[in-house]
Amino acid sequence: MIPQAFEYEQPSSVADAIAMLGKHGGEARVLAGGHSLLPMMKLRLAAPDALIDIGRIASLRGITDTPDAITIGALTTHAEVAGAEVIASGCPILAETAAGIGDLQVRNRGTIGGSIANADPHGDLPAVLLALDGEATAEGPNGRRTIAAADLFVDYLQTSLSPDEILTEVRVPKASNSAYVKFNRRAQDWAIVGAAAVVHGSSARIALTGVGSKPVRAAAVEAAFDGSNTAEAAGHAADGLDAPSDTAASGEYRAHLARVLVRRALEAAMAR
Amino acid sequence: MKRAVTISVNGVSHATGVEPRTLLVHFLREHLNLTGTHVGCDTSNCGACTVWLDGMAVKSCTVLAVQADGSEVTTIEGVSANGELHPMQRAFHETHGLQCGYCTPGMVMAAIKLLEANPDPSDAEIRRGLEGNLCRCTGYENIVAAVRAAASGVTV
Repeated sequence: MIPQAFEYEQPSSVADAIAMLGKHGGEARVLAGGHSLLPMMKLRLAAPDALIDIGRIASLRGITDTPDAITIGALTTHAEVAGAEVIASGCPILAETAAGIGDLQVRNRGTIGGSIANADPHGDLPAVLLALDGEATAEGPNGRRTIAAADLFVDYLQTSLSPDEILTEVRVPKASNSAYVKFNRRAQDWAIVGAAAVVHGSSARIALTGVGSKPVRAAAVEAAFDGSNTAEAAGHAADGLDAPSDTAASGEYRAHLARVLVRRALEAAMAR
Repeated sequence: MKRAVTISVNGVSHATGVEPRTLLVHFLREHLNLTGTHVGCDTSNCGACTVWLDGMAVKSCTVLAVQADGSEVTTIEGVSANGELHPMQRAFHETHGLQCGYCTPGMVMAAIKLLEANPDPSDAEIRRGLEGNLCRCTGYENIVAAVRAAASGVTV
């Protein structure tokens, strides 16, 4: 399968890339690792007029450690995130999530910025970013802005980035008591449901993958959690949830998975 | 419109023009006639198209040739030297790690990288390391045995 023909642009800076996006007036897509976009283009589910390949912009790579947070360049691959000692120790949920995405070859190409900007509700990183209360930095013709995870994910494959903005980095607060647990049936498959738990003493932030058109907070679990009652609190994981039924699972089964996985994620987070 | 690229494949530099939508796997198979790299699923799942791009295992059906401009690519044709099979190829041969052989080039390319990262993997680590490569014949048992044999340096 071969994608529909497109114009190919190779900017050498973020400013160039933004200008090229503007030139194509919303008909261009940003290419990072390409492991969501290229498969969609091969299936002709996407047929952009132009690809802006940001893969050679060196400033978009790398991991920066600060006392309270870790900043990760958008082009940093899942393999690099999974292998970074600073992330494994400071934000273990992110390291384990990156290590479980796709497979070895996919992790060598897929990027953190690409996964988050693609906002697939079955992707692992959006829920993890939401549970962490992380944020993304976007740059566009009007400058740079920071978007909290809670404001970033809008709907199925949709973020609050505007078409002429590029996600340049992701910032996550350090959270040592954090874990992500997902369930799927086959190797390298998308999560049917995933649960991200970030525990701070007697409070927790919980977010779920695969139960709606975007990652959702499990507010009822957060309200019930008292720092030790993992099983009781996790029982509320499906409260108010309207999980979809599809070929992978029924909504009812997803609700069951949510309760089980939230409990496991809370237990794993607290054991760290 | 074609775009100029220079891609080194198995140590030989190729300066040529490619359409931007040309996938790396098609560049290898159709422009260079290196047909050892296979197209299996064409949907980024099966791993039959696995090659090394600047030393990392990647699925060449999900990389544009223009993205590989300036890079070094190694294909299954490039892992053996002087007509001698690579130890991983020999291990697949000797432990019957294949039946139809379609997935084998990708398996070998991924398995060599698996052992580079983890020279003495457990069976579970081998299975997890080869998650990106699908085989419809073997049930994986002899593939795992092949990687184990290559890791131990013991061949039959």
